[in-house]
Amino acid sequence: MSSSTATSPLQQEEVMNKGPKNQNKLKQEKPRKLKKSRKILQNWQLYIFVLPAFLYFLIFHYIPMYGVQIAFKNFIPTLGIWGSEWVGFDHFIRFFESYYFWDLIKNTLGISIYELLVGFPLPIILALALNEVKDNFFKRTVQTVTYAPHFISVVVMSGMIIAFLSPATGIINHAIQFLGFEPIAFLSDPAWFKTVYVLSGVWQSTGWGTIIYLAALSGVDPQHHEAAIVDGATRFQRIWYINIPAIVPTMIILLIMNVGSIMALSFEKILLLQNPLNLESSNVIATFVYQAGLLDAQYSFASAVGLFNAVINAILLVIVNKIAKKTSETSLW
Amino acid sequence: MNTSIHETKTDKLFKALVYVFLTGALAIVLYPLIYIISASISNPAAVNSGEMWFFPVDITFEGYNLIFENGAIWRGYLNTIFYTALGTFINLAVTIPAAYALSRKDFVGRNLLMGMFVLTMFFSGGLIPTYLVVKNLGLIDTIWAMVLPNAAAVWNIVIARVFFQTSIPKELEEAAIIDGASNFKMFIKIILPLSAPIIAVMALFYGVGHWNGYFNALIYLSDKEMFPLQLVLREILVLQEMSSQSTNLTGSMAEAMHSKQQLAAIIKYGVMIVSTLPIIIVYPFLQRYFVKGVMIGSLKG
Repeated sequence: MSSSTATSPLQQEEVMNKGPKNQNKLKQEKPRKLKKSRKILQNWQLYIFVLPAFLYFLIFHYIPMYGVQIAFKNFIPTLGIWGSEWVGFDHFIRFFESYYFWDLIKNTLGISIYELLVGFPLPIILALALNEVKDNFFKRTVQTVTYAPHFISVVVMSGMIIAFLSPATGIINHAIQFLGFEPIAFLSDPAWFKTVYVLSGVWQSTGWGTIIYLAALSGVDPQHHEAAIVDGATRFQRIWYINIPAIVPTMIILLIMNVGSIMALSFEKILLLQNPLNLESSNVIATFVYQAGLLDAQYSFASAVGLFNAVINAILLVIVNKIAKKTSETSLW
Repeated sequence: MNTSIHETKTDKLFKALVYVFLTGALAIVLYPLIYIISASISNPAAVNSGEMWFFPVDITFEGYNLIFENGAIWRGYLNTIFYTALGTFINLAVTIPAAYALSRKDFVGRNLLMGMFVLTMFFSGGLIPTYLVVKNLGLIDTIWAMVLPNAAAVWNIVIARVFFQTSIPKELEEAAIIDGASNFKMFIKIILPLSAPIIAVMALFYGVGHWNGYFNALIYLSDKEMFPLQLVLREILVLQEMSSQSTNLTGSMAEAMHSKQQLAAIIKYGVMIVSTLPIIIVYPFLQRYFVKGVMIGSLKG
């Protein structure tokens, strides 16, 4: 999935779940002129339309799912996936018993939760604030500017972070020194890594994250506000009692998705910012899989680690979705 | 909504706070961007010493000159343009027809297929098995490794499908069928001409993804001649900078590194701008399309 579209795949899920119901209704309403087989024959060309996409998902997504069995094997490329010998859970056990296991878990969860706590509320606050602005020029300026960092590539973003935070030449350390403090080696001090990662992410994506909330806010009926004004509600009360409830469903969907992907940390930036000195706090499961699998060619072991990660993720997603369903009636499925 | 008559003191204070907050947000986002622009045309010594902090100091275009003379950057740029063009074309050719077919209510099996596609958003074989597939297909170090493993994105198919479901009048399709048009003919003559907005949105989403992506190139390409711009940038902005901060080299190695670092110091802000330029140029004009894409995905449900 390309990064520019990562905002909310799941909101859509709702739509798709509604799809079949609508279809059933339609089927009942219309007399069934065509039998299923005739429909298939008549629309055979539509199957050709889907064929490229079908082949793509089959080859690049479903075959790898089949290939994930190498996590339970001792994969030797010359023997192929099928010919390699089964070893059961050996790779998993080796991973669980390794000395870095808890570090990886701690870093992965630490960065994700930190990111969630800081990164989740900010777009909501920014969207609510933008929604209060009636001056169109100012609003548009803020929107245009705050959306822009979303389009900066992760390599350039990392280059900016490294340049700005450099202990000797970075502007941030110049500012720190100007205020009379000692320069900080942000990127070689493990204590700073998570903060650097999270705050740079906030800078880059908060503005873009408001779009979805602004869309939800634009659906609020102005009559509610008019009635509230007549009743003497303050601006803050109107936000609290009218605007926030209007965006709660969006918030819940995004929250489920965020919690559900807590182990699937986007690691492209981490990989770029990682160095031997901050590895202690920057080594996460995803970068470890890259290191072990592609650089050290331990295919089976790395697949096992990746599979472990994916399974935990899937379980989390299901649990969070269930909790959301029970408590708020908003859920992905 | 005219609320000005009713505004109380606290309301006015609150409104002032909102403006202060937004102005603060604006400044925080804008400052690094302005800094980069100023730094790219300033004397590197002034930038590194912190003398340059807002307006350019000792304006020089030496950095840009070096960038234009740098073969690796040019090659990376051309490679990226090529990957982006070919990749986006393939993306559209896969996404648009599939999304249209999946939007048709009389398409038997569409929910099954959609389910198959959507499932891949939650479960995947992971990095290594995917890499092995690409490797076994013999795509490593070919242009196809840059465009086929991401030939489609589920989320974009979903957005395009919602567009077709909501924006194409069903009567048009029915009329075309009654006239005896085949699905092919209808798609090309009727649907595509009506699809300009969604094709634009999709081309933008996919195009930006190709332009900015580095990870596929990192794992699938080893031939430097084929490196896209982002990998060249990675060497300039990340690898050299990192090594200058975290390692101590000696002798001729250090000297070579040092001269490279000097070069990197001069050009680093310039390459940030040059590499982002195409997006900076189109962004103000196309912002509403980007936003529209996100909106279709979030609201139409």
